[in-house]
Amino acid sequence: MSRVRRTTLAGGAVGWLFAAPALTAIAVFFFLPVAASILLSFTDFDVYAVASRSNLRVVGLGNYTRLADDALFRTAVRNTLYFVVVGAPLSIAVSFGAALLLHAPLTRWKPAFRAALFLPVVTTLVAVAVVWRYVFHPRSGLLNALLALLGVGPVDWLGDPRVAMPAIVLMTIWKNFGFNMVILAAGLLSIPERLYEAARVDGAGVAARFLHVTLPALRPTLVFVTVMTLIGDLQLFAEPYVMTQGGPAHATLSVVLLMYLEGFRWWNMGYAAAIAVALFLAMLVPSLVARAVGTRPEVA
Amino acid sequence: MRLRTDLGGIPVLAVLVAGLAAASAAAGCRPGADADVLEFWAMGREGEVVQRLVPEFERRHPGARVRVQQIPWSAAHEKLLTAYVGDAMPDVVQVGNTWLAELAALGALAPVEDARAALADVPTPAAADLAAGADEFPGVVAATAIEGVRFGVPWYVDTRVLFYRRDLLREAGVDAPPATWEGWVAAMERLVHGGERYAVLLPMTEWEPPVIFAMQRGATLLRDGDRFGAFRSPAFRAALDFYRSLFQRGLAPRAGAARSANVYQDFAAGWFSILISGPWNLGEMTRRLPALADAWTTAPLPTFAGEGPGVSLAGGASLAVVRTSPRVDLAWRWIAYLAEPDQQLAFWRLTGDLPARPSAWRAAGLADAPRTAAFWRQLARVQAPPTIPEWERIAAKITEHAEGVVRGDVALDAALAALDRDVDAMLEKRRWMLDRAAARRAGRVTDGRDIAGDGARAHAAPDGGVRS
Repeated sequence: MSRVRRTTLAGGAVGWLFAAPALTAIAVFFFLPVAASILLSFTDFDVYAVASRSNLRVVGLGNYTRLADDALFRTAVRNTLYFVVVGAPLSIAVSFGAALLLHAPLTRWKPAFRAALFLPVVTTLVAVAVVWRYVFHPRSGLLNALLALLGVGPVDWLGDPRVAMPAIVLMTIWKNFGFNMVILAAGLLSIPERLYEAARVDGAGVAARFLHVTLPALRPTLVFVTVMTLIGDLQLFAEPYVMTQGGPAHATLSVVLLMYLEGFRWWNMGYAAAIAVALFLAMLVPSLVARAVGTRPEVA
Repeated sequence: MRLRTDLGGIPVLAVLVAGLAAASAAAGCRPGADADVLEFWAMGREGEVVQRLVPEFERRHPGARVRVQQIPWSAAHEKLLTAYVGDAMPDVVQVGNTWLAELAALGALAPVEDARAALADVPTPAAADLAAGADEFPGVVAATAIEGVRFGVPWYVDTRVLFYRRDLLREAGVDAPPATWEGWVAAMERLVHGGERYAVLLPMTEWEPPVIFAMQRGATLLRDGDRFGAFRSPAFRAALDFYRSLFQRGLAPRAGAARSANVYQDFAAGWFSILISGPWNLGEMTRRLPALADAWTTAPLPTFAGEGPGVSLAGGASLAVVRTSPRVDLAWRWIAYLAEPDQQLAFWRLTGDLPARPSAWRAAGLADAPRTAAFWRQLARVQAPPTIPEWERIAAKITEHAEGVVRGDVALDAALAALDRDVDAMLEKRRWMLDRAAARRAGRVTDGRDIAGDGARAHAAPDGGVRS
């Protein structure tokens, strides 16, 4: 009995020892900065405070009340929500469609197509942005040339506040759909063929098979893809940063971009930290919803 | 790509960071660790080519070495601030004039008057001029003075003039560039050909055009010792109204940054004929538009009233010595060397940056050369924007509200009121610090803990334990 206990204790200690390097790294590089940001969000830390701590004021919830009042922050929230609400479903739909096409028995050269469609995901965003700026160019761009064939007048994609965000959505979908497509394609592969056979025997058509076999079987994958896309989309940053810098007229200013500008361009670290905390709270929502959905007993 | 938190990557990152730290510690990477190596940070293209001026300096100063570190403009601001916090500043830095106020507020820079003592035994005329503040453009020097104390020695100067298509203007019946805005607007009306093209490009992402108009109208931009915005003043209102009218009358396209990516093609195609721009385009246009040859030239800015040229912005970059540098004597010698007319001209040939010394202009005949003459005349009429750390933020706000007005989203007076409100909020901290400093002075308390200007003027290390 006593021998067993000793072993358990020693085993526990050894376990902690093994985990220690990773835990230390996580504490130092993750939890510490997070705690520091939260504390920072209650101060007016700025460039003057860098010069001397005596210039630092504790403002309590001041940054948060300012946030509630800030028209620019409201614009950023509106833009980000637009991007999420319009962009995420479209992006998932395109990924799903592409995955179904890849999975179709008639499709040949599957690996080649999969690689080609995945290519934008691994391409450097800055290079993609340069190319897309040409595509979006109002007078010599490819997109407007195609629209002209349909008789639609030239659109100033990145210069007109009304269409700048749709343009960013379009580019982002093209850039990112391959990632979800690969995951969904893998999900499709894991559906046992016998389910389809059984459905066919029961007289189910293509639509019925899709609705009653494919969709239920893919549910966990779809939930995963949706949550990851929502979380990713809420953090929209790099696309507007390289394409439009948040313009025109703040039409593509996202919450993370605003945070970056406040923090690193204007060095208002206190205010930027408050934006970060607000964004963190906003992102908790889809994560919690996903957990609730994901832990519900399987109906299929 | 979106920012994604990847917990799995963190231990790897930690090992990497630790490894880098160990490697740099072993190599003695901290700038200024060696006794005679002068660490110099320069930005962008300047950082690339200044290397070629180093051998001559090293020849004249046996035993001394200059290590140039090139920093991209986009990362420079952040890097300077983090270097200051991390006590890893070089000995000499190139600083955009609009950043001087911020670095001076940090107490990071040595005042230029220190050069007098440091250069006492340097026999060159440039060193004497530098110590005495002679052979300079007064308007540009004003841009380097923060509350009366100079913190940078102008390295090259920058101002905005008109670049225009001489051929297209001539076609429109304008042979000589008008001296007034009224004359230019009349010329522009003839250039637009009923709306199929525009006359002038005013990128809405640039704060310079509306601010230049405001300065020409005599607006002060800020008031009460730069404590509040003064954008509801009649002068600023008139300037923004003029700016808006250029768009409203179809003379300027409502183009943002995205469209200006092809500014050279558009200029060559005659989509617009006039551009308010700076010296970098002298080289760029020659290089990118060889086909245009002599079809374009430059002119000083017109005025709204009175003698020309109209006021333009005093810009450019300066060289500054870091206050904590252990090699201040060598640092000032390096700056005095770069300020010599010969080096200034060599630098102009390498970069196209306009020399900061009038004597260099005269020596090379730049003052009379076709395209640079406009800059020479303009440099006699330049004015610096407010030299406070908040200026760049304020400038961005001006752009933001001016864009709203141009797009017709906001009425002019509503935009000006909003601009004043936003700028007043930005300056809240400055007001608090100025008031506190005033209260201290009134109470005869001088502990060097004051704001920006005062702390920097006393050259005392700002206390509070940030720096040792």
